[in-house]
Amino acid sequence: MSEQFLPVLAGHAAGADTPAPVTPRNVPYRDGVRNPSADALRAEFGASVVRADVVWGETTVIVDATQVHAIVRWLHDDPGQRYDYCSDVTAVEYRDLERAIEVVWHLRSLPYRRFLRLKALIPRGQPLQVPSIWDIHKGVDWMERECYDMFGITFVGHPDLRRILMWEQYKEGFPLRKDFPLRGRFSRSEQLRQALAQNPEAKYSMEELSIAEAFEDLPPDMRQRLGAGEKVGE
Amino acid sequence: MGLSSRPDTRFVSMDPQSQESWVTTKLDFLVNWGRANSLWPMPFGTACCAIEFMATAASKFDLARFGMERMSFSPRQADVLICAGRVPFKLAPVIRRIWQQMPQPKWCISMGACASTGGMFDNYAVVQGIDTIIPVDVYVPGCPPRPEGLLYGIMMLQQKIMQERMADSTLRNEMEPDPTSQLYIPPSMIDELSEPFGNSIHQTRSGL
Repeated sequence: MSEQFLPVLAGHAAGADTPAPVTPRNVPYRDGVRNPSADALRAEFGASVVRADVVWGETTVIVDATQVHAIVRWLHDDPGQRYDYCSDVTAVEYRDLERAIEVVWHLRSLPYRRFLRLKALIPRGQPLQVPSIWDIHKGVDWMERECYDMFGITFVGHPDLRRILMWEQYKEGFPLRKDFPLRGRFSRSEQLRQALAQNPEAKYSMEELSIAEAFEDLPPDMRQRLGAGEKVGE
Repeated sequence: MGLSSRPDTRFVSMDPQSQESWVTTKLDFLVNWGRANSLWPMPFGTACCAIEFMATAASKFDLARFGMERMSFSPRQADVLICAGRVPFKLAPVIRRIWQQMPQPKWCISMGACASTGGMFDNYAVVQGIDTIIPVDVYVPGCPPRPEGLLYGIMMLQQKIMQERMADSTLRNEMEPDPTSQLYIPPSMIDELSEPFGNSIHQTRSGL
């Protein structure tokens, strides 16, 4: 990394005559101030942008699920947008079984002080797949893993898409889906049996345990178990 | 159901087969006095109960009055495991391993509603009472318990320790609910004890 670290001053790209940010008051439910990035997106991507809503002053752009990667890349690189921070990746499933599952990205442009919410709709019956934006925003690594863990949405292109909250051998499904029973699919005793059979020491690689630097100082038997990122499955 | 009552140990029986004499009972008293007043806790704090536990250890309530000022963050040097907070299933093998690493004699305090019963977290992720994983000596109710509550539980544990006798051969029997060998409480009993109640009857919120 030879690049010099340059601190990003919030709002520095918006121009000197931009008024200082204040807490918005009397925000209307609909038809608030529209984020200009929404119109720029429509001009750039045309039919891939389905709809843009303004709800409580926040702009939500509903886009084609297959174009998410290109859109986020453009939003990140274009000098007029510079969405350099992805604060959240999550999904929404509605009780209405006819409604599509939504995958949500929260993007923030620090240089322009803008917030944009992207949504991709996945209709029922279609494979739950969206492109990963990990190569643009490295910070979405764990958020996409969590979204996969809880909703079962596959982020194509993610380097290491595994469960993150539940353990890797978790067999009951995806807990935040609406068809998942609150207390799990299995009986308490079966849940307990599977949980106690995890053997976590065998499941996690050395890097995950953050002891890679101390590897040489470990006792030989532990070195043998953890060596070479060994993961013994169930 | 696997639960058995302890023999009444407050009185020394004069049965010659009991192998107890004036010396052993007095030695029991001495050993128990030493153990009860130098309990080293292994704090296993996972949630808000751990905040109350820290308050108990701090100067206002001062756990050191009971000989517990030395927090043992290594289970190998610990006497009493204090589980403060909810235990998710992912942590179940961890707390079990910590319990197995503690040398005898060892005791366990389940602090708070979540550790004792699962509390309000009657869902897919939380162990419904750590007594389904490890044996528990004292349950402290509360959400979270006040420090006085935890101190009362500790004093109850000290009373229990004072009644122990070396001649009691069942004292150090480790009966862990091990799914690979024999369950201390059978699974049917666990299921029966954790039957749905209240709103939990409707498990599928989607109405499916």
